[in-house]
Amino acid sequence: MTPLGRALGYLAMILVGIVVVTPLLWLVIMSVSSTRDLTSLPLHWIPQRLDFSRYHRLLSLATNSDGQIFLFALRNTLEVAAGAVVVSFLLAMPAAWLISRREGKLDRLLLLVVATYMLPPLLFVVPLYRILSGFSMLNSPWGLMIADSTIVLPFTTWLLKGGIDSIPAELEQAAAIDGANLWRIWIMITLPLARPIISTTILFGVLIVWDEFLYAMIFTSDQSAQTLTVVIADLANGRVSDYGLLATAGILAALPPVIIGIFLQRALVAGLTTGGVKG
Amino acid sequence: MLGRRTLLLLLPLGLGLLAVIGWPLVQTVWLSFTDAQLGDATGNFVGLANYAHALRSHGFRHALQVTLTFSLSTVIIEMILGLLIGLLLDLPLRGRNILRGLLLIPWALPTVINAMAWRVIYNPDFGALNALLTQTGIIGAYRSWLGEPGVALTAIAAADIWKTFPFVALITLAGLQNVPRELKEAALIDGANAWGRFRAVILPAIITPLTIAAVLRIIDTIKVFDIIWIMTRGGPANATKSLSIMVYEQAFSFGNAGYGAAIALLSVAISVVLIGGYMRVSRAQPATA
Repeated sequence: MTPLGRALGYLAMILVGIVVVTPLLWLVIMSVSSTRDLTSLPLHWIPQRLDFSRYHRLLSLATNSDGQIFLFALRNTLEVAAGAVVVSFLLAMPAAWLISRREGKLDRLLLLVVATYMLPPLLFVVPLYRILSGFSMLNSPWGLMIADSTIVLPFTTWLLKGGIDSIPAELEQAAAIDGANLWRIWIMITLPLARPIISTTILFGVLIVWDEFLYAMIFTSDQSAQTLTVVIADLANGRVSDYGLLATAGILAALPPVIIGIFLQRALVAGLTTGGVKG
Repeated sequence: MLGRRTLLLLLPLGLGLLAVIGWPLVQTVWLSFTDAQLGDATGNFVGLANYAHALRSHGFRHALQVTLTFSLSTVIIEMILGLLIGLLLDLPLRGRNILRGLLLIPWALPTVINAMAWRVIYNPDFGALNALLTQTGIIGAYRSWLGEPGVALTAIAAADIWKTFPFVALITLAGLQNVPRELKEAALIDGANAWGRFRAVILPAIITPLTIAAVLRIIDTIKVFDIIWIMTRGGPANATKSLSIMVYEQAFSFGNAGYGAAIALLSVAISVVLIGGYMRVSRAQPATA
């Protein structure tokens, strides 16, 4: 590289870095600035003193406090995520294994499953609303879990199939010759070897549920089922005028997915790069 | 010929998909041919009236225009920015791993939180963007970025691009890192010019991931709901009312479940057309879809 090219490269990197970091840094600063600093004109960029009280407020369980709303939403999000991920895994695993082992013969089926991603959640909202209300599952984490499975299930099938592709079928065949039935082969060989892809799939499912907003907004109505995205949307819609509290809630709710994302990116990016879905 | 074991293995997924996707989808398609309201169970069959009404209505055409403007502008800018920054990160420069780590944060940030953060930044009275631009003398007075019909959609698109270009950059980079270093060096020694090297060595490595990224982004942006709902709810004066916002409004604010279903299905048709067009243009092998 020429010195000029190198200098331009560094300049571009610094620019990109500033664009990415500035909004994030501002979110952090807002979360520890006093409301007076945040609403002063001209704006005080640097807080006069650090104020961590909002973190304390959101992480304490006093009755009817913002903290209670936030922590209940965290609990609901975790419940819905766990449920949707487990159900999706149990339903998708046998089919994903079969599609993988039939090497191409069932790829059309996989494509059909993945194509459901094109359907906007709004397409399902009215029928799902009626189904859930028929089973008295509105405003319940269980109902939301079923609704979120419409998004998690296709992704789970796709990721699991790609992962099982990389486990040599010969290992399973050897066990079959020794007389092991399919159930034993899965327990002894396939599932242990598929552990990396299973954890990727689980984390990715959690990420999807953590991100989900539309179903959560329509199918839940109070603390017993509302998830973090709904609570944050509520806050943003003017239930509080303390922007610092909004920023704090955003940071706390974003921490788990960002940490998961750092773990996941290698696996996910690799899947996309090699063209995880072939059809 | 499907064996019994095959059927048994496909059954859990099949039943699951039928229950949470197939059955609701059938109901939505049926709804779109009726005048059903949100509260009542069935409604009357009206044939294609909902579709005809949508295609003739000014509201639908406006929402379609908003959706396409948002989709095409964000996807094109994200792809170009992401490609350039992916190429940048593949250069042997110090600190690139730090930048790569930073790019993960917007990518992993939940959409609702991103939307909330930018709504606060765009705030007309106390927002950081107004403060920054007035204190540096770029604008004279505070503006209402999300309150002006001519600016709101651009402001939302900028927030979306900020969150999503890192995704494109990261997968471009991953594609480039699959190219053996010797190959990149050999192309350099052969004296091929920059464009020639790009076409022969770089492009084949990134075309598949870029195609997948573009398809995913087109789908996501045609469906766009969350970010617009949080930032403007479709306002001001319908300037940011996308098809999804219109579907929501028809079904849940006005109770026109049948009409809403028809618009939702029309938006799926648009996704299919756009992706088909994109595949034809990029001449990607069908195997990469």
